[in-house]
Amino acid sequence: MIDDVMANLSPGLILILGALLVPFLQDTPRRVWTLALPVLAFVHLVLLEQGTHGIFTMFTVELATLRIDPLSEVFGYIFLIAAFLGMLYQLHKSGWMEQVAGLIYAGSAIGAVFAGDLITLFLFWEGTAIASVFLIWAMRTPEAIAAGQRYLVMQISSGVLLLAGAMIHYGQTGSVAFESFDLNTLPGLLILIAFGIKAAFPLLNNWLQDAYPEATVTGTVILSAFTTKLAIYALARGYAGTEILVPIGLVMIVLPTIHAVIENDLRRVLSYSLNIQLGFMVVGIGIGSDLALAGAVAHAICGILYKCVLFMSLGAVLHRTGTAKSSELGGLYRSMPWTAAFCCIGAASISALPLFAGFISKSLIISAAIKDGDMVTWLILIFASAVVIQHSGLKIPFFAFFSRDNGLRPQEAPLNMLLAMGIASVLCVAIGIFPSAFYALLPYDVKYHVYTLEHVVTQMQLLILSAVVFAVTIRTGLYPRQVRSINLDTDWLWRKPGAWVVGGVFRALLASLAGATGKLAGASARLAKSLYHQHGPTGTLARTRPSGSMALWMTVLMVAFLVFSFF
Amino acid sequence: MTVDPDRPPFRADRAPEPAEIPRKAEDEVPTWTDDKKTVDRICYGLYALGALLLLIDPLVHKHGPFEIEHYVGFYGLYGGVVCVLLVLAARVLRRVLMRPEDYYDR
Repeated sequence: MIDDVMANLSPGLILILGALLVPFLQDTPRRVWTLALPVLAFVHLVLLEQGTHGIFTMFTVELATLRIDPLSEVFGYIFLIAAFLGMLYQLHKSGWMEQVAGLIYAGSAIGAVFAGDLITLFLFWEGTAIASVFLIWAMRTPEAIAAGQRYLVMQISSGVLLLAGAMIHYGQTGSVAFESFDLNTLPGLLILIAFGIKAAFPLLNNWLQDAYPEATVTGTVILSAFTTKLAIYALARGYAGTEILVPIGLVMIVLPTIHAVIENDLRRVLSYSLNIQLGFMVVGIGIGSDLALAGAVAHAICGILYKCVLFMSLGAVLHRTGTAKSSELGGLYRSMPWTAAFCCIGAASISALPLFAGFISKSLIISAAIKDGDMVTWLILIFASAVVIQHSGLKIPFFAFFSRDNGLRPQEAPLNMLLAMGIASVLCVAIGIFPSAFYALLPYDVKYHVYTLEHVVTQMQLLILSAVVFAVTIRTGLYPRQVRSINLDTDWLWRKPGAWVVGGVFRALLASLAGATGKLAGASARLAKSLYHQHGPTGTLARTRPSGSMALWMTVLMVAFLVFSFF
Repeated sequence: MTVDPDRPPFRADRAPEPAEIPRKAEDEVPTWTDDKKTVDRICYGLYALGALLLLIDPLVHKHGPFEIEHYVGFYGLYGGVVCVLLVLAARVLRRVLMRPEDYYDR
């Protein structure tokens, strides 16, 4: 009986159900429990057999709630590692709301990865949206609450589109199985847009840069791992080889670059560069060869790890200094050397420096693009490989930890934060040093030698010459100075003219409502007046008359009655 | 009734007050990392590495199908040029995009 239940239980549900217990536990037991849950789910996933489990029929629809295959498995493992790191990173906190939200969010993402049908996918998809917004709202600043609301609107819209697509798909085919979709059908298009919102496609992306930097120190770390990578998994499952994804991914790679260079809030810089990394994955999925898909999946895994390290190190800075703005920071390496070192490892990984994780995964995508033979794609990919130094690889560690000394000597990050950063950094380096062991874990058959002289030298040329430009432009003052500011992005559309239009419509509605109530008030005032006229203390019906006159009138009436009764 | 903002479960990440952050001590002794010469050495080292990578470029055989890749020093020059263009573009576009921090609160 227990075996039966366990064999059909999604690892995601272990986190979600376990999270419900968290509020009832105190300090140490709670900390142990939040760390134990991802470990338990990990062991559970190891023990699960390949194949589709948890099948049951709801009305006439057959649901497959637990599909274990190489693709879902590898995402399940990395999500569980990220959940563990996220829980470790927030171990010092004494509240429980973020732990509950984080565990339910991670559990929903894992449940969605193992969903074999669109209905299960939809439920967990919305679960990630609703749970994750609490990680933003937990910051409790007016900015965070407003950004969280905008975030929620986008995330829920994605779920609604997914559900609409699923229902039309069911109507057309009689199946809700989550397999690959045809873009030339209506459900195929709706579901692509649903996935595209979470994958931060161009023009659908702004919730990411808007909301992630407003979340709590620990919340942003957890947020960076799941929503977007879940979308990458869903795209790899549903739209592998869909050609339109290549240009979409290329736009994602190019557009956020300028913003990442000029943005002052370093957590927002990371959100822009996260968007660029997603572009690489989307290009890989669009190319669709085994090598390209392996690259997309590998880049998602490495991306989770190095983005975690980077967001964690900036989170530690924010935790200790109260700001993550590059205009306010600098010189922190003196008092936070470990955090600075881990940040550098994360930065080396995102820059795809040989011996670090990003190099192992990005090379697959670039090689696949070269094999595909489109020169523009290749030129844009190596453009991004070079400029990553300008907006992340050197910008983040330089302005946070080196740069000019701002005189602050904050304490080193708490031990649990350092441990979380350390584990993620070790994984980044391990992947960089043992690429073939890492490739063997991927769900595609890859025979690829990443450490050839050609790869290493050409990559180093891109990076070092880019670093030279960074050094020269910083020293000559050509690099955009970091000043307290914000930069306009597409969210301007709905935060200024959009708000103005909606606000105008709302005001007009209020005004016409006021007009209507004015008329109503006039009518009711007239009614009250006439009622008062009839029934008021001086009204017609309230006049007092002498009882004698009443007796007289009664006599008149009775006489009249008597007279009439004779006839 | 007053609400204690630090009461679980809603304990927020309280940002430290500026006064709470330890600052540089008056008598802090500068180390070699504070020396401007160290920074200069790192930069010159970087320039030298860049030059070296460009110099050994002809020795590395490239297999790519695109002709442009086979020009000597293509990767380094391409990387350098796009970065310069990016920085210049960023300087120009920032004038259009930059706003004060309270822009959306007005």
